[in-house]
Amino acid sequence: MMLQRPRLSLWEKSYLPQILKGLWLTLKHIPRRKVTVQYPEQRPTLHGPHYRGAPTLVKDPEGRVKCVSCQLCEFVCPPKAIRITPGHRQPAGADANVEKEPRGFDIDMLRCIYCGLCQEVCPEEAIFLKRHFAITGYSREELVFGKEKLLELGGVHQDQIWKWKNK
Amino acid sequence: MAEDLPILLLKIGGAVLGLLTIVAYTVLLERRVAAWIQDRVGPNRVGPLGLMQPLADFIKLVTKEDILPAYANRVYYILAPALVMIPSLLVIAVIPWGSYLGGVKGVIADIDTGVLFVFAITSLAVYGIVLAGWSSNSKYPFLGGIRSSAQMISYEVCLGLSVVSIIMQTGTLNLSQIVEYQAEHTWLMVCQPLAFFIFVVSAFAETNRLPFDFPEAEQELAGGYNIEYSSMKFALFFMGEYANMTIASALAATLFLGGWSLPFEPFNAPATALWVGIAHIGIFLAKVVAFLFFFIWVRWTLPRFRYDQLMRIGWNVMLPLALVNVFVTGAILLWRG
Repeated sequence: MMLQRPRLSLWEKSYLPQILKGLWLTLKHIPRRKVTVQYPEQRPTLHGPHYRGAPTLVKDPEGRVKCVSCQLCEFVCPPKAIRITPGHRQPAGADANVEKEPRGFDIDMLRCIYCGLCQEVCPEEAIFLKRHFAITGYSREELVFGKEKLLELGGVHQDQIWKWKNK
Repeated sequence: MAEDLPILLLKIGGAVLGLLTIVAYTVLLERRVAAWIQDRVGPNRVGPLGLMQPLADFIKLVTKEDILPAYANRVYYILAPALVMIPSLLVIAVIPWGSYLGGVKGVIADIDTGVLFVFAITSLAVYGIVLAGWSSNSKYPFLGGIRSSAQMISYEVCLGLSVVSIIMQTGTLNLSQIVEYQAEHTWLMVCQPLAFFIFVVSAFAETNRLPFDFPEAEQELAGGYNIEYSSMKFALFFMGEYANMTIASALAATLFLGGWSLPFEPFNAPATALWVGIAHIGIFLAKVVAFLFFFIWVRWTLPRFRYDQLMRIGWNVMLPLALVNVFVTGAILLWRG
């Protein structure tokens, strides 16, 4: 197919009309609302609740640790980032049937590949990949998150799995 | 010299400091305006509104490693950055930045060949870039140097010719008298629109700004003449570019936009009162800043011309237009007697 080149007038050939149009366009952008997110102060809204950020341990709505240290996540973890030290509970009262809880629960964030297999495999729904995406530190040791840190990041998870009830 | 030495030194210090301050803040303005045009915010972290950013940039550039390439020609390699910066510092000597301030004339050297002095000195700036390109002994700087020599020499002709008509109309080469002529009559932008247009286009080419930034041409030459430079030597090129822009803006304001004057009382005559003198300086600076904004605005609007287009515009369009303008101005002056 042959395209006919448009015949330009002298005024159009002088580049000026397009230059003026361009100047007007850029001028209109100056007072416009900016799209910049001021990062450390403002955090971007990530894609829905299923975003796969850093893995964390969650508590149930009554504020109790859900993990029973079955070590399935430790087993399934492809880069072997999780290390669990199991421990026994001293059961008493309504939740006396729950026998185990983690004594230590370390996730090496430098090894973690954010695959989410730990979340998928967990029978108690105790481990979730939450929205934390900026995991930084000054040393390798600092980036091995312990149990307290993981529970703090995870917070309380509002869901229907209440393992302490009816057991 | 009619003036006392202390007053003269004060004026020189003020003008140089003023120029360097304008240069520093033009860099910031460039980055902010670029960001605004692209719907971004720009540097706003250092100090209120990012106003301390030039200081941060300065510290960064000074503390960087100063590299001297093994195969560079040392003398010219070190000389080149200074040669870019010095001409613009020299030119402010003759630019009238105010009328009178308590009986002191608002110009450092009120010489009768001001326009000639400006063109003699600014045309030296090309040596800095050519020498930088040549002495780096590297291919991209070399190409940048070649381009700048061809480009700046071509547009120097148009720049000079566009000002010839001004000289014909005002009948003087003294920049303060040109401003006083405009204060008395009307801004030369109105009488000489074509000359103004040619002057502005040539000024873009002379200062290596987009759409004529061929010596740098980041996408083609990866930075052009200044590739091999680092640290404060690079900063001198950078400041030199902005200083040249400031000088071009100041010249445009002086020659075409009426310098320190505004076309109504009491700003249309040399100041007798102190506050009018201060206001005149403010008016002049406002015009310069507006022009600098225009430079930046154009940079973030237009793409670069092709090299053959640049040469064609320079020799086939701008030069004939400038010659016609000189001829028509002469004819009108003759006709009016």
